[in-house]
Amino acid sequence: MRTGSHGTGRHDPNKFDVDDPALDRFDLVREGARRDGVEIVHYAPRFPVPGTRRERRTVRTIAGLFLFTGLVATAFLVAYIWWPFTYKPGANLNKWYTPVLGITLGLTLLSIGVAVVAWAKQLLPEEVAVQQRHGGASPRDERRLTTATMVNMADELGIKRRPLLRRAALLGLLPVGAVAAAPLIGGLIKDPHHPDVFVTTGWRKNVRLVFEDMTPVRPEDVSVGGQITAFPGIPGGNTNQYADSPILLIHLRSADAAKLRDNLRHIVRNNDVPHPSGTPAIGPAMWGDFVAYSKICTHAGCPASLFEQQTNRLLCPCHQSQFNILDNAFPIFGPATRRLPMLPITVDDEGYLACSSDDGFGVPIGPGFWERP
Amino acid sequence: MRQRKPSLGVLPGATANGLDDRLTLAAPLRRLFNKVFPDHWSFLLGEIALYSFIVLLLTGTFLALFFEPSMAEVPYQGSYAPLRDITMSKAYASSLHISFDVRGGLFIRQMHHWAALLFMAAIVVHMMRTFFTGAFRKPRELNWMVGVLLFWMGFLEGFCGYSLPDDALSGTGLRIASAIVLSIPIIGTWLSTSLFGGEFPGTVILDRLYIVHVLLVPGVILALIAVHLGLLVKQMHTQWPGPGRTEQNVVGIRMFPGFALKSGGFFMIVFATIALLGGLFQINPIWIFGPYKAAVVSAASQPDWYVMFLDGSTRLMPNWELRFHLLGHAYMIPAIFWPTVVLPGILTILPLVYPFIEARRLKDKQAHHLLQRPRDVPARSGLGAMAVAFYLVLLISGGNDVIADKFRVSLNAMTWAGRIGLLIVPPLAFFVVYRICLGLQQHDREVLSHGIETGIIRRTPDGRFYEVHQPLGEPDEHGHAELPYAGWTVPKKMNRVGGLIPAVRGFFFPVEAPGEGEDRPEAPVSPAPGRREIGSGPRSGG
Repeated sequence: MRTGSHGTGRHDPNKFDVDDPALDRFDLVREGARRDGVEIVHYAPRFPVPGTRRERRTVRTIAGLFLFTGLVATAFLVAYIWWPFTYKPGANLNKWYTPVLGITLGLTLLSIGVAVVAWAKQLLPEEVAVQQRHGGASPRDERRLTTATMVNMADELGIKRRPLLRRAALLGLLPVGAVAAAPLIGGLIKDPHHPDVFVTTGWRKNVRLVFEDMTPVRPEDVSVGGQITAFPGIPGGNTNQYADSPILLIHLRSADAAKLRDNLRHIVRNNDVPHPSGTPAIGPAMWGDFVAYSKICTHAGCPASLFEQQTNRLLCPCHQSQFNILDNAFPIFGPATRRLPMLPITVDDEGYLACSSDDGFGVPIGPGFWERP
Repeated sequence: MRQRKPSLGVLPGATANGLDDRLTLAAPLRRLFNKVFPDHWSFLLGEIALYSFIVLLLTGTFLALFFEPSMAEVPYQGSYAPLRDITMSKAYASSLHISFDVRGGLFIRQMHHWAALLFMAAIVVHMMRTFFTGAFRKPRELNWMVGVLLFWMGFLEGFCGYSLPDDALSGTGLRIASAIVLSIPIIGTWLSTSLFGGEFPGTVILDRLYIVHVLLVPGVILALIAVHLGLLVKQMHTQWPGPGRTEQNVVGIRMFPGFALKSGGFFMIVFATIALLGGLFQINPIWIFGPYKAAVVSAASQPDWYVMFLDGSTRLMPNWELRFHLLGHAYMIPAIFWPTVVLPGILTILPLVYPFIEARRLKDKQAHHLLQRPRDVPARSGLGAMAVAFYLVLLISGGNDVIADKFRVSLNAMTWAGRIGLLIVPPLAFFVVYRICLGLQQHDREVLSHGIETGIIRRTPDGRFYEVHQPLGEPDEHGHAELPYAGWTVPKKMNRVGGLIPAVRGFFFPVEAPGEGEDRPEAPVSPAPGRREIGSGPRSGG
């Protein structure tokens, strides 16, 4: 059991003889610590009387934990190698593979951790050490010396005396910085307007509406009050290559359809401002009681696809914008500002639904951007 | 000459001497061994983040051996029957392969995900500890700033990570990210097409996110962690006030063996927790979501928890789109720009400059190594509570559709509650926490001057009742002791000052009679004071 002397003042390593035979090892430890600015002020064994029942019990517990570690680690290895693991439908042993790995590895690591922490907390000597901080500013003379050295560097280079060199170096090296950035930017950069990817979609005149399996949609495929997701009937139209083209085709009840038709009379197609003259501004965009809206939310681009049949609302599940489909998909709640663009549709000669406008939606679909018209 | 028999016993000494001959190690090595670390549970929070990061590196390396960051479409042929023959990206197919056909793959994948969640959680709680105790003050402002950057780097790393499997959920997240990039004024469209190599989703984004996720951001995080720890070692750890603790020293235990052993054990415990989580608790079951299709989404599409507050801010933002004409051309700033670009910008800059703002307001140019209890700095604690409240409202709003669904409340009401709550809850939190801090301060002062409430009620001969207080210092004639407040816990219960006999050790049977081998005349107070029973005092007039 040792206690340190508090506040012995400045320590002088020269007065300490490391070869002094009277010193024991801990004296050397303490001296080493002192030279590092650390004073061990309290140092006492956890078990002053060696071999008590409590000490033996503590040692036994920790030893037991290590042995337990070995046991569960072996269990982990056995399970990892021999437990069947590939996916099989239904309830079976394979489904327990991951939990068994988790439990065995978890217990392995946990018992190592507990054993090591217990070792540190219950067997290592109790200790209080005090280290002096030597932070803060450097001594004044050190600062002055370093400043002088640095200013001297500038002097040696002669940047001040040789303005031509300074300017030339600056001017010459400036483009070099850009050289580093050029391949990165040059390789990545892509013009968003040629082709105008944010305006064009897969929809053109006479492009059929198709299901996800590319079979064309007939009006009788959608029951009254029902809705389906449709894609442009062009190669790749059902893939993410045309991620901005999916639409929601809704077969309205006839009263609702009349209401929508009435609303459409006051609106320039896909424009958010009401038409000033009140004349029918929107062309024949609906076909019968069918209407098609872009499925891509005008807020953040998620599919606005939760259809509330009773209230005739579309809800986007990402940020809860809600659109009234009887009012040309006007946003009535949430963060979306613009309508879901409507796709003018008709039925072609063979009785399939198809796009009826030359330019598809006629407006950019989805989220807004700076130069959006 | 006869060759000397090599002996293993001298090997360690010989090796050490050989190394020292070449590297002059003795003194620096001993300085490292002897470095003193203070001990407090709140200092372990940062360690959790560090250890989770190590687990992330280990598990991530395993996953990288099997993952293919490619958007090329292939029909799935693995052993998960419900998705067989469905066309999907190689990224999604290889994620399924890891989950179902690689031995232990699902386990490692789930550990990776849980470790990421724990990493971010530990960073957030560690930041709160640093903030509320004033550990960010001079000279540690730089390390605080590194910590703030680490949070955002972890955020970015996590986002890239959960975008990689290319399931329906991660694709939805990417779509929103592309909308956020698009919303940036002037350069939005250019940035978006440049990132995605054309229109969303294009064919290159996963390859790019992959290199960001496995090389660029982890590299930056590693460098920042190195700086973070380097500064910690250089500036030494802060400590709580207490006996013998000053601004000039650090009181604790030496790094070796005590501190290192405890930390190593703690690493194992953190690792074990992640292993148990990864094995027992399903996370991100990508096979349920299916491959990403632009037209597919499900309700309750939530990002990982650390991204959820931005999802919440996006949901709460009113639909204020800014439109204006400039030189005959129409321009707009979408509503999504404010909660997802401007807000994170503010949330980065505010904490970065906070240490300097506070120092300036308090005209404080001193270096501080002793921590402050949150109650002693009510204004800062109030501000911190305000930030936490702001964050929590956003976090809850990020899941408002699930709450609306599970608790059968109106979704629109949830949104409005969030909008209003975001404005009034933070100031309310400031006020409440400020008052609580003052109350706690007052109670500390009360105990210091009157003593600890013993719970013993005494009746005086004239019939008055009063509670006996145990003074902490030498009382004056009025029974008051004016002890100064030392910035540290004031004992408020009698057993904190030795009012109770220590419990007998042992679970079922006492291991030893109290006292055997336990007499430590020097610890904690020497000499140990004798115990005497505290009663209700002598009966008067009996």
